Amino acid sequence: MTTLTDPPKESFRLSMLIYDTRYRSATIQVVALMGFMLAAAWLIDNTITNLESLGKTITFGFFTEPAGYDINQRLLDYQSRDTHLRAALVGLLNTLTVAVLGCITATVVGVLVGVLRLSKNWIVAKIMTVYVEIFRNVPVLLWIVLVFALVSESTPHPKTFKGVDTGAVVVTNRGTYLPEFLFSNSLGDLSFFGASSLRFNVSLDLIAFLVVLFGGLFVSRKIKRSADAVQEATGIRPATWWKRLAVIALPIAALLYALGFHLGYAELKGFNFKGGTHLRNSLLALWLALSLYTAAFIAEIVRGGILAISHGQTEAAGALGLRSGRIMSLVVLPQALRVIIPPMISNYLNLTKNSSLAIAVGYMDITGTLGGITMNQTGRELECVLLLMAVYLIISLSISGVMNVYNSRVKLVER
Amino acid sequence: MNKSVILGAATVACLSAGAAAAGTLDDVKARGKLNCGVASGLVGFATPDANGEWGGFDVAVCRAVAAAVLGDPKAVEFVPTTGKTRFTALASGEIDMLARNTTWTFSRDVDLKFTFVGVNYYDGQGFMVPKELGVSSAKELDGATVCIQTGTTTELNLADFFRTNGISYEPVPIETNAEAQQQYLAGACDVYTTDASGLAATRAAFEAPNDHTVLPEIISKEPLGPLVRHGDNEWGDVVRWTLNALITAEELGVTSANVAEMAAGTENPEVNRLLGSEGSLGEMLGLDAEWAKRAVMAGGNYGEVFEKNIGENTPIGLARGLNAQYTDGGLIYSPPFR
Repeated sequence: MTTLTDPPKESFRLSMLIYDTRYRSATIQVVALMGFMLAAAWLIDNTITNLESLGKTITFGFFTEPAGYDINQRLLDYQSRDTHLRAALVGLLNTLTVAVLGCITATVVGVLVGVLRLSKNWIVAKIMTVYVEIFRNVPVLLWIVLVFALVSESTPHPKTFKGVDTGAVVVTNRGTYLPEFLFSNSLGDLSFFGASSLRFNVSLDLIAFLVVLFGGLFVSRKIKRSADAVQEATGIRPATWWKRLAVIALPIAALLYALGFHLGYAELKGFNFKGGTHLRNSLLALWLALSLYTAAFIAEIVRGGILAISHGQTEAAGALGLRSGRIMSLVVLPQALRVIIPPMISNYLNLTKNSSLAIAVGYMDITGTLGGITMNQTGRELECVLLLMAVYLIISLSISGVMNVYNSRVKLVER
Repeated sequence: MNKSVILGAATVACLSAGAAAAGTLDDVKARGKLNCGVASGLVGFATPDANGEWGGFDVAVCRAVAAAVLGDPKAVEFVPTTGKTRFTALASGEIDMLARNTTWTFSRDVDLKFTFVGVNYYDGQGFMVPKELGVSSAKELDGATVCIQTGTTTELNLADFFRTNGISYEPVPIETNAEAQQQYLAGACDVYTTDASGLAATRAAFEAPNDHTVLPEIISKEPLGPLVRHGDNEWGDVVRWTLNALITAEELGVTSANVAEMAAGTENPEVNRLLGSEGSLGEMLGLDAEWAKRAVMAGGNYGEVFEKNIGENTPIGLARGLNAQYTDGGLIYSPPFR
């Protein structure tokens, strides 16, 4: 009879949590996590206790009550009897408007400045350097206020236009009026969500225009493909630019004619101009200041991206006989994009978040409506601020989501 | 070292959070200073002078309370607030009381959990326009651009007024009165609307006040008064009765000039009770017997405060109107000191 005995197992001792390197890192992490959770619990508990002692509860019921205030710039139909929810939506659209306009302008200006800063022309390069350094190193709020002061102080009062033939574009100290697009045979609107706070209309004219535009682009692409095929086969590229232009432009022209397209000009009536597309000074100031400020950062990113591409690439492309414009567009920029896009995302996010400075010039973005007047009139600070944070979080995550998809398309494919 | 600093800061935060729950009166006494929220600059109501000393009609209420509680009208820390920040400042305990031409409304009282201790100015919303516009009534303002302070009751009244009259307008939301003044003078808006007293005060600060006119329409009731947080009735009583003391002092003819003399004792028992030579009203409030005497000495009685800051002999030039004593046909009326 044999007895088998295992070697005695090393029993677990509490001190091993600290002195045994196998457990130590886990111990530290658990302690840190508990500390963090305690701090969070203390904060939340403190908030709830204090709200209770003030006799306030967290409720979102105010959203369905009438807002009672008016908003000057509104992309949805809105009047003061609409709900706080709708006021917040109007503000949200205003935020998105300035964010989209700002991102586009900032990109265009930024890329231009970034490329020009690398120019061999000494004066151009220095001017761009000065631009970048000035805009980058002064807080954006000051730029917004400065631009607003400039556009409202340096422009004439509407009444100075009395009896003057104003023409298509009117610049006043209350904003700039551009011609608006009008259709005499309009197809009408498509309404969604009936009469609820979420209701919105989509112009059928716009949908028709987009359908025709994308149809034209699609056909134009087909023409390009077939031209590519001819070039591959014979080495001669047929001239297609007029065909491609025609398939886009002619159907659009026909559609606009059928809809009775004409421009509506702003006219001075009473105190202000009526009609036209009114770009308020608050929007102009915010848009310009945010764009120019962010463009300075983008310029540096673009410059860095281009400099990151080895000069050998340019020389090699030159040796193949490519012209310098082609070298930039076919060889350098596609590679530079890989370096440029990730920091670009954070600049788009910055621009969007900086748009919350809108209240400085009285632009009614979501911070001005939900986080400003609604919060103030209802006294629901916590609810409004939490919602506001959630809204900005969602906008930012969406932007980075889209940009990350784009980034994964341009980045180096590793095989 | 860093950690202990953070822990220390957290402890201080805990302690101060705990202290806020105790009585505000004790807090103010322990601190030796009254934190009073005022407007961020409205001539006549609350504005710092060239030396940085705050003065004005609302500021006088703060000074009277400080004098009553702490014995020193200068023991006030003035916290400038905007229409948007004022309620958060009060609710969070950053300020002990708010005296910032704030309209007493149902929802502010009931829903926002504040206690309005009284009315120190009966006001109403008006419109100011440049004379050259040739407008004589607010109903002619169809299509006008209107500057408005955001976060105020005037914002809501304005929307209602234009809607019920079926006329349109373009609101220009603005954060402070100073900004509104600048925008209005720059012509960025045709009309400036706020409480009529605020309009008078703003106009007084213009280079050419006579080029501007206040339209006859008063479109709302705006009873302006100091307020405190809900739930601290002892402190609410102190502020309420300090304001009432100023009003009663005017009614009984107690002025800053004769208060010291009258405090020695008079034929009128109500004056004696007010000034502490008879009864123990101050003790009931948790203060000493001479609280009201000091409050009146701080800036004079209600009428003196009015005349000195916004009355007809000041650039603002407001008539007493509704704000006369009830004995003179106004609405200013204090419950008796008994």
